[in-house]
Amino acid sequence: MAEEMRVLLEYADKINPESADEYVKVGGYVGLEKARQMEINDLIQEVKSSGLRGRGGAGFNAGMKWSFVPKNAEIKYVVCNLDEGEPGTYKDRIICEKNAQALLEGMAICGRAIGSNQGYIYCRGEYPFTVKLLKNAIQSAKELGALGDFNIEVRMGAGAYVCGEETALIESIEGHRGEPRFKPPFPGVAGLWGVPTVVNNVETFACLPSILTKGSAWFAGIGAAKYPGTKIVTLTGDAVNTTFFEVPTDYILRDVIYKLGGGVKGGKKLKAVQVGGTSGSFIPEQNLDTQIDFDSMGAIGAALGSGAVLVLDETRDIVDIVTRISKFFEHESCGKCNPCREGTFRCREIMEKINAGKASQKDIDNLLLLTRVMQKAALCGLGQAAPFPIQSTIKHFAHEYARKIV
Amino acid sequence: MTNSINELEKDATAIFVIGTNTTDNHPVIGYKIRKNVRFNGAKLIVADPRRIELSNIADVDLRFRPGTDVALVNAMMNVIITEGLEDKDFIANRTENYEELVKVVEKYPPQLVAQICGVDAEDIRKAARIYATAERGSICYAMGLTQHSTGTDNVKTMCNLALLTGNLGKPGTGVNPLRGQNNVQGACDMGALPVVYPAYQAVTNAEVREKFEKFWGVPLSPNNGLTIPDVVDKAHHGEIKGLMVFGENPMVSDPDLHHVGEAMDNLELLIVQDIFLTETAMKAHVVFPGVTFAEKNGTFSNTERRVQRVRQAITPKGDAHQDWQILCDLSNRLGYPMNYSSPEDIFAEIRKVTPSYAGISYQRIEKTGIHWPCPNEEHPGTPVLHGEKFNRGLGLFHAIEFKEAYELPDAEYPLILSTGRSLFHYHTGTMTRRSSALNEFMPSNEVQVNPETAARLDIVDNEMVKLITRRGYIEVKTHVTEMVPDGVVFTFFHFSEAAANVLTQAKCLDPVAKIPEYKVSAARIEKI
Amino acid sequence: MIKLTVNGREIQVPKGTMVLDACQQAGADVPTLCYDPDLKLAGSCRMCVVEAKGRPNLMAACVSPAENGMVIETESPDVVESRKIILELLLARHKLECHTCEKDGSCKLQDYCYRYGVTDSRYAGQGAHFGMEDPNPFFKRDYDKCIICTRCVRVCDEITGAQAINVKERGHHAKIATVFDGKLDDSSCVFCGQCVMVCPVGALTSKVSAGKGKSYQTQNVLTTCTYCGTGCTFELNVKDDHVVGVTSVRESEFSPVNKGALCVKGRFGWDFIESKERLTTPLIRENGELRPASWDEALDYAANKIKAIKEKDGPDSLALFSSARATNEENYLAQKLFRAAIGTNNVDHCARL
Ligand SMILES: Cc1cc2nc3c(=O)[nH]c(=O)nc-3n(C[C@H](O)[C@H](O)[C@H](O)COP(=O)(O)O)c2cc1C
Ligand code: SF4
Ligand code: SF4
Ligand code: SF4
Ligand code: SF4
Ligand code: FES
Repeated sequence: MAEEMRVLLEYADKINPESADEYVKVGGYVGLEKARQMEINDLIQEVKSSGLRGRGGAGFNAGMKWSFVPKNAEIKYVVCNLDEGEPGTYKDRIICEKNAQALLEGMAICGRAIGSNQGYIYCRGEYPFTVKLLKNAIQSAKELGALGDFNIEVRMGAGAYVCGEETALIESIEGHRGEPRFKPPFPGVAGLWGVPTVVNNVETFACLPSILTKGSAWFAGIGAAKYPGTKIVTLTGDAVNTTFFEVPTDYILRDVIYKLGGGVKGGKKLKAVQVGGTSGSFIPEQNLDTQIDFDSMGAIGAALGSGAVLVLDETRDIVDIVTRISKFFEHESCGKCNPCREGTFRCREIMEKINAGKASQKDIDNLLLLTRVMQKAALCGLGQAAPFPIQSTIKHFAHEYARKIV
Repeated sequence: MTNSINELEKDATAIFVIGTNTTDNHPVIGYKIRKNVRFNGAKLIVADPRRIELSNIADVDLRFRPGTDVALVNAMMNVIITEGLEDKDFIANRTENYEELVKVVEKYPPQLVAQICGVDAEDIRKAARIYATAERGSICYAMGLTQHSTGTDNVKTMCNLALLTGNLGKPGTGVNPLRGQNNVQGACDMGALPVVYPAYQAVTNAEVREKFEKFWGVPLSPNNGLTIPDVVDKAHHGEIKGLMVFGENPMVSDPDLHHVGEAMDNLELLIVQDIFLTETAMKAHVVFPGVTFAEKNGTFSNTERRVQRVRQAITPKGDAHQDWQILCDLSNRLGYPMNYSSPEDIFAEIRKVTPSYAGISYQRIEKTGIHWPCPNEEHPGTPVLHGEKFNRGLGLFHAIEFKEAYELPDAEYPLILSTGRSLFHYHTGTMTRRSSALNEFMPSNEVQVNPETAARLDIVDNEMVKLITRRGYIEVKTHVTEMVPDGVVFTFFHFSEAAANVLTQAKCLDPVAKIPEYKVSAARIEKI
Repeated sequence: MIKLTVNGREIQVPKGTMVLDACQQAGADVPTLCYDPDLKLAGSCRMCVVEAKGRPNLMAACVSPAENGMVIETESPDVVESRKIILELLLARHKLECHTCEKDGSCKLQDYCYRYGVTDSRYAGQGAHFGMEDPNPFFKRDYDKCIICTRCVRVCDEITGAQAINVKERGHHAKIATVFDGKLDDSSCVFCGQCVMVCPVGALTSKVSAGKGKSYQTQNVLTTCTYCGTGCTFELNVKDDHVVGVTSVRESEFSPVNKGALCVKGRFGWDFIESKERLTTPLIRENGELRPASWDEALDYAANKIKAIKEKDGPDSLALFSSARATNEENYLAQKLFRAAIGTNNVDHCARL
């Protein structure tokens, strides 16, 4: 694993993640202390110029997001998105398990920057151990006085994938149905209980302490220029080493799979890679030399998303896999907007028809038309991204479909 | 209402509802109050013996013993004065007789009144503070406040409260009676009262009378007329011989129906003009078929004094005639010619003798109704009354002592019976009980009984029981509900076959307004 | 002020204006299903999507604030394609029976399918069905025609405040239901019918009006409610000289008190007008029984008796109970009749009851 670059996970398994004292011993909470010394505007500027972009999927510049929060609002919130609902993704859990204090410190830095003293961690319902760990970590930090007057509460998620979408997450914390809101207004202006709220991913927050300690220039110098830093990727599927790695963002996909991942299991050939979770595009072998940064992925019609990498070997039935994915989206659509509520259902219907060998080219045309509309017209990222697996496989693996249609 | 309905949705920052189950009896006003409370954070004080829908969102819910309104509100004023929350400027500049109020209110400290009313003294204080410190406080009441032998006292007490806190004359404030019937305001405005001509001009005022004599071209009686309860009594004694009942149903709506029935039977002439053969019409000597609101043109004045159009949508059924036409035909036969070409023509005459309506024309209210007073065609109407000064100049405080209701429970009749309305029916049911959906949904009367009362009486939900007072009894099914407190029962007056007014008393009315005490009768329930 | 271009036309709107309103101002008719000017925005039906130059996705006009320099197309090929597909998706599960539907002629789904030439759906297939019979006598709930616009949910919460219904289940199984997914009578519903008022399709329709006439067959007459003193205004729907329904007028100019909101009595309690029990002829008591009479006979009878009593016992032996339900004009005449023609102030009405 020579080529990993561990920043967030530097002290993984070397310190007790719950313990603030141990964290401080390895240089923790220095960043927060620095942040406290800085002028608010300088602090935000520092984060901006580090180039840190959101690790939750949308890749938005974190400092920029914070700068939109109105200065004069009386109450503001910091929310950490630990919903991690993408199948195959578990990097946020890993960060908590290995370095929970960094997350807390990151949230407190954000609190300092936007003038908030209340944070919430919205934790995936399937992670009860993580909740416990985080609560202990918060307790430990409080006892040490590390967080100052910044409070953090942990909330349990409702077990719906869409609740990872920031506005649905907010609705869920408020006790409502986990349905996305339309934007604008963005949470930064009107979020939790209608007040300005910054929502960031776990990994985004966890990057902050080192940015402040080592400086924005240091961070900006790591990895891809436009998406600097490291990225934790989780490798699943038919790879030899199905585990997590922290790599600089200019690392290429092929190296993730073949160098760190040990290649395809059983010496088989690789058929496709799906990056970014269930809603990610399927990438054919010829595109494997792409860097795993946000923009490079976008350039090949894929998305980095959460950084999950699913490897499929030559024996895998793409149409069957996409059919199962379409079932997932049908199940996870919240039902608020027409294109997604009805669209994911029809996508699944048509995919099943194709998979069962009962569909014609006409059905595929209808499917493409439908996915185009979903992508353009759905309310939230779920409905907009649900088409990607379908579209990318019809594009790159047309022959697999052709085999099944009548 | 001194103020307009929409102010309850937008302007009022605190609303005190007393004796009004607004969401049932004035549902659309209820929606507005609820909206203001839920979405704008207006404070809400509910004072009602029953747990009404609005209680659920109230900041203070005063479930007080029926008939103790004056004591309750006097105690609120006691708190306001004791804590110095009164509006001193307003009292100094706009009112008089304040000292008298202070003297009486002193006698009603909350801890004492808490016992009279059966509420928590702290809740009285809380209510007083909310209302007194509100930027714009509105009082709303309905028959729950007025249908008492002390109804007039109750209303004056509410006026005292508003004067004391300066909650008058501004949007979102006021003393706002929510009137139960579509045109009860208009009927009063038009002088369908024994003591006044249109626009509340006293029949005993010689100057006014001369004006009307001149206008109507006949000499007029200088004596105050009789109120409905007096007419009923006098008919009983044979002094009233002939009665015309136009669009009313006293055989269901009036207190002590046995008494009313005997009075009707005693008449030499009973003319009924109505759209259905009502319980009253069945006793008539002659019946004129009139028309519904769907078949006529005209105007209604709602509870906020807004004069609005009624428009004819269909031709009268069968040989029914326009009500105004019937009245004209009768008048012509009595030798007093009435010749109008249309309701609009009548309205033109109304404007001439009704100064508050002078500026209103059908043309002006073609789209949006106008609030009277509207003295001339340029005047925009008056949604908020008493802005600069009161009709009499200064607002007068009335020092009012609490009096118990006339008929209190005793060993023989241990329960307090109140009567009122359901959301699903209207008045004597003449219209709603012939509306298929409403009558299907609620085909029969019920008596609401608290679970504890029910347990004591060994009765269960939906059981047919006898509800008895000194006047008589009805058979009715029970609805066991927390909505009524223990010891109080409630029934509706819409159902002629189980008519609540068989039970109510007509002996002791409010001395001024002649309102029957529908909210307090001593009663008992028996198993059948 | 903000400057933007809609369909090639440059317009100016105040800051805070939504794209939907801006389009309207520019003369573009953008279709909407979930949008209701009196309710909180949902932004969910996506029928109002328009294309804004430079943005990867279409934007829902109803929830997007207009921005300086925006270049909007309201009927671009992408927009039209999206709307068509959305309509097809809705039709794919819709109980399409316009011929017998109460909403035929005033249905937004029907209108937009017509506008975009959507005859049937290429996505018709299986699907959840929510047909349910609610036994309440006021309105029908046919959720096989529901398009989940949630206007009913919002109006119930925001205007009536009853919070009787909400969206239940998720995704394609999402539906409108009471808390326990049961009858309205078992919920906090007060049968105000505000939900019927805002439903853009035939999912919620009056049972009292059912079968009596479609919207294009009726004339509507603005009037004031005959029940409580609030003074709500609404329209009576008339067909062949019969009242067949009540519909709301929502503009505050015509409905200043209630803005279209009503209660159960106003909205569903009108068919007494058409009751078979209506009095249609004068009656006179003879031998203890009331019998039909002509107008002349009845009026003469009444007039003669009044005259006789007045002569014998004086005018104050006569009295009038006028009506809190009659018009101002009628009340004025009634009191004038007793005061001027008969000569007594024995005039009252049931103001106290
Ligand atoms: C359907 C859907 C699911 C999402 N799930 C997650 C999630 O599990 N975790 C997460 O951090 N972001 C998730 N997001 C992205 C969030 O909406 C949001 O962009 C992110 O939390 C912002 O944080 P960042 O800027 O730090 O990335 C999801 C978005 C969509 C549309
Ligand atoms: S796109 Fe899907 S998940 Fe998102 S709001 Fe629409 S229905 Fe809900
Ligand atoms: S709701 Fe509309 S589209 Fe559906 S059947 Fe009725 S009229 Fe036709
Ligand atoms: S009738 Fe009224 S209370 Fe009932 S569901 Fe519809 S809007 Fe809500
Ligand atoms: S019932 Fe009507 S108003 Fe309610 S969600 Fe369905 S279509 Fe919309
Ligand atoms: S009308 Fe705009 S999303 Fe429904």
